[in-house]
Amino acid sequence: MTHLPAVPIIVPALAAALLLILHRAPIVMKRTIGMGATVTFAVAALAIFAEVRSGAPLVYRLGDWPPPFGIVLVADHLSAFMLLLTASLALAVLLYAVQGWDARGKLFHPLFLFLVMGLNGAFLTGDLFNLFVFFEVLLIASYGLALEGLEVERLRATLHYAAINIAASGIFLIAVSLMYGVMGTLNMAHLAERVAEVRAEDVGLVRAAGLLLLGVFAVKSAVFPLYFWLPAAYSHAPAPVAALFAIMTKVGVYAIIRVTTLIFPGGEGAVMELTSPWLMPVALITLTLGTLGALGAQRLATMTAYLTIASVGTILTGVADGEGKSLAAALYYLAHSTLVIAVLFLVSDLLGRSRGAAGDRLHPGPPLRQAAPLGLAFLFAGATVAGIPPSSGFLGKLMILQSTMNGLSVVLIWTVILVTSVLTLVACSRAGSIVLWNYVEPDQPTHDRPPRTGEWIALTALAGCSMLLVVFAAPVTRYTGEVGTQLTSRGPYIEAVLGSGYDDLVRPHAMGKATP
Amino acid sequence: MELLMTIGIGTVTACAVYLLLRGRTFSMVLGLSMLSTAGNLFIFSMGRLRPGVSPIVAVGAESYADPVPQALVLTAIVIGFGMTGFIMALAVRMHHQTGSDHVDGLDPVQERRPEHGP
Repeated sequence: MTHLPAVPIIVPALAAALLLILHRAPIVMKRTIGMGATVTFAVAALAIFAEVRSGAPLVYRLGDWPPPFGIVLVADHLSAFMLLLTASLALAVLLYAVQGWDARGKLFHPLFLFLVMGLNGAFLTGDLFNLFVFFEVLLIASYGLALEGLEVERLRATLHYAAINIAASGIFLIAVSLMYGVMGTLNMAHLAERVAEVRAEDVGLVRAAGLLLLGVFAVKSAVFPLYFWLPAAYSHAPAPVAALFAIMTKVGVYAIIRVTTLIFPGGEGAVMELTSPWLMPVALITLTLGTLGALGAQRLATMTAYLTIASVGTILTGVADGEGKSLAAALYYLAHSTLVIAVLFLVSDLLGRSRGAAGDRLHPGPPLRQAAPLGLAFLFAGATVAGIPPSSGFLGKLMILQSTMNGLSVVLIWTVILVTSVLTLVACSRAGSIVLWNYVEPDQPTHDRPPRTGEWIALTALAGCSMLLVVFAAPVTRYTGEVGTQLTSRGPYIEAVLGSGYDDLVRPHAMGKATP
Repeated sequence: MELLMTIGIGTVTACAVYLLLRGRTFSMVLGLSMLSTAGNLFIFSMGRLRPGVSPIVAVGAESYADPVPQALVLTAIVIGFGMTGFIMALAVRMHHQTGSDHVDGLDPVQERRPEHGP
């Protein structure tokens, strides 16, 4: 048994603990440990990706207890994809942060690593309760990161963000235990197997638990009508943190994909699909409202936060369709939107810092010193997020449009996606022309901190990843296609976790079946 | 006992929701901790209520309590405790900085009230 799947969780956890002990150490040492752990995790993510690509899902049994009794980590195509995305984002964001951001808060590095650990754990875990635990790990780290500096605006935004997420966690626990109460297991592969055998009178309970779970994931992924916490929390967070948060809504999307494809794939009885009547309308409303929010935003960071919501809407449009092909398109869009929203958050920060007191507010400010590179960076981010060809946004949206080709609602979906793309372009053009072209001579000299070389490198790296998605569009879509196929056929996943010779050793009380 | 437990969990949850919907940080913290208590009781009862039996293998025992929910509830208590502690600290800090215990940092009722007192 290879220990590879445990590395993305263990290494950041140990390094974060070490950094907590060494919190008085010089910043160079903290940076070295933080960077070392992130690079190690990135290498492990690449190794997992290479390993998974060639065959069946990797299953790691903690303490070598056989599932479903022990806890398992499962790295399948989807997990490996998400890990690789997290690794690219985390590396670039950390590179940006070590240029000076990290020195402001004493605990930046350990919190960053705990957040990365929570993300990796959520992507790798094979059971629902550990999904809850890793969600809590990443959330509490994110509260700490979002609070940095303790300004009143940040306090208020974080208080709201923490309150709604703690309430959602309470509901998560109720849903998980209801699931356990009916089915007697929390291992996702085992649940997938058992859900078909649920007795008729328990079907309502299982569906209630499933819908509660999806409600919780909808809070985490900021879906209409549960997204109101996001704009304030993301737009007031420090820029590198906000850029890392770009993947946090995607954890919710990941959980929705995992639970709907594995446990409720559609069919008769308890396995019946839960999302079909409402996920598509909700996704389209989320997309529309997110875009309108971006159009009306008063700050660059708020605009980016609303664009995060819009991107979740677009992804869920693909997920709601449920076919392998549309899941593949949604995943491509997920990767693209995570990268480009991170770029947009970082560019907003650089622009805001270069404008003195005007900050990133959409008001005329002092003239920019590095107007040309900043303007180009903003142009790239805006064009990509709106989906101008040949950007990755264009390809992603095209694939989602293509995959929803067959269906009655095709006119509605196409209209919403195309109109919101135009509106996004309008929002970005408006923001860009105000920030870059409208300026007033300042009354007093501005104390701006010009972008450093390292920050440009981080930004270019993220933008480069987005461009690689276009250059290598064929292999990437082939891979996401494989992910889609794997998600729609549950057999290999269940078999990899439980083993083909798995014998149902224990009948739980709840199933009410006589032991043979 | 099932009925008592059900009514208990329901009442605690209802109180939690009421407190959560008030715009005061103190009620909100209380509401969140009550919600997590209700959740913990719910997890515990999902292992079925069996008084007087042990959750681990014992000589001569005929019936066992399900140990998994007990393990889950321990984890949930620890996490809930940490989260409550965190949000309490956040609420106190917010009160210090804004002088109000309203969740938005400013009191809509006080804002409207005329300056002179009674």
